[in-house]
Amino acid sequence: MPGPTPNVDGDDAPSDDSDDGVRIDMISGARMEGLTGMEKIRLILDGVRDGNIVILEQGLSPDEESKLIEVTMTEISPDDFTGIEIETYPKAEAGDQSFLDKLMGRNSTQKLTVIGPANQIETLHKDENLISTLVSRK
Amino acid sequence: MGLLTNLKDSISRVTDGLFAADEPKRIGIYGPPNAGKTTLANRIARDWTGDAVGPESHIPHETRRARRKENVEIERNGRKVTIDIVDTPGVTTKVDYKEFLDHDMDKDDAVRRSREATEGVAEAMHWLREDVDGVIYVLDSTTDPFTQVNTMLIGIIESQDLPALILANKTDLPGSDVQQIANAFPQHETIPLSALEGENMDEVYTKIAEYFG
Repeated sequence: MPGPTPNVDGDDAPSDDSDDGVRIDMISGARMEGLTGMEKIRLILDGVRDGNIVILEQGLSPDEESKLIEVTMTEISPDDFTGIEIETYPKAEAGDQSFLDKLMGRNSTQKLTVIGPANQIETLHKDENLISTLVSRK
Repeated sequence: MGLLTNLKDSISRVTDGLFAADEPKRIGIYGPPNAGKTTLANRIARDWTGDAVGPESHIPHETRRARRKENVEIERNGRKVTIDIVDTPGVTTKVDYKEFLDHDMDKDDAVRRSREATEGVAEAMHWLREDVDGVIYVLDSTTDPFTQVNTMLIGIIESQDLPALILANKTDLPGSDVQQIANAFPQHETIPLSALEGENMDEVYTKIAEYFG
């Protein structure tokens, strides 16, 4: 039973309130594993709304991606938050799924995913092997 | 009493199943903003019912509520398919009201439109998870299909095991590249069309009957 949504900030995490740079949170698959779908979405959106870039080692399932879009839409507000930019390596995931995986509801979603505030991150290039993004400060 | 209730429930499930087979399938028309979803929905509805579904526009997010046209009966090669068409707002991960200011809107109108657009996208995602039996995914064949929204949506559709027909729209425009769409989603069949001009609609209807019948 997972506990409450963990804060990415650990006790020893440096302050992120500097205007000098952009904070990047790289979240391991192990850290995401114990969280519910909604906890994952909260973890991502709280970070992105603070102006951080969130990199997920193993990405989200299609259902979680769908809910991420839905929750993002409910949080967009004029002059404050315009939404997210999200990039993953393009793969035909579902086509690669085994019958057993589908039967067990397992999704082979292990794909590096980059998520950031829409007004701060711009994708320059994306292919099967490279995601190139331009990140600007707030 | 419990036995009777169980028996009643069982009979109800069987009869529901029998009627469900005859019920129209709800087919969601999905895709990014400005792909021509409403133009297609209107084309299908006009061809088979005489009515339109909703207004079309070149301004993004003209459709901000999912709109349903019920009982559209399509007849193909002696086969009859009845579907409910659900025209959905274009899916995106971002909406900035400032983009609407370029379309002769004042700030209040632009903010209102963006708010409605966000509600519409959230609603469209909900429909996709809960309320559609199949998907027509519409792409503008003059634009790059390798976008994150397309990748995610096709992934979501596949994970739900929904039958999906990919349409490469706007083939009447210069720069249309149907092959690029076919290459982007090789696991699906891609059908070219111009919903605006009504080009290749015969094949589209044949495929609708085949996929959703």
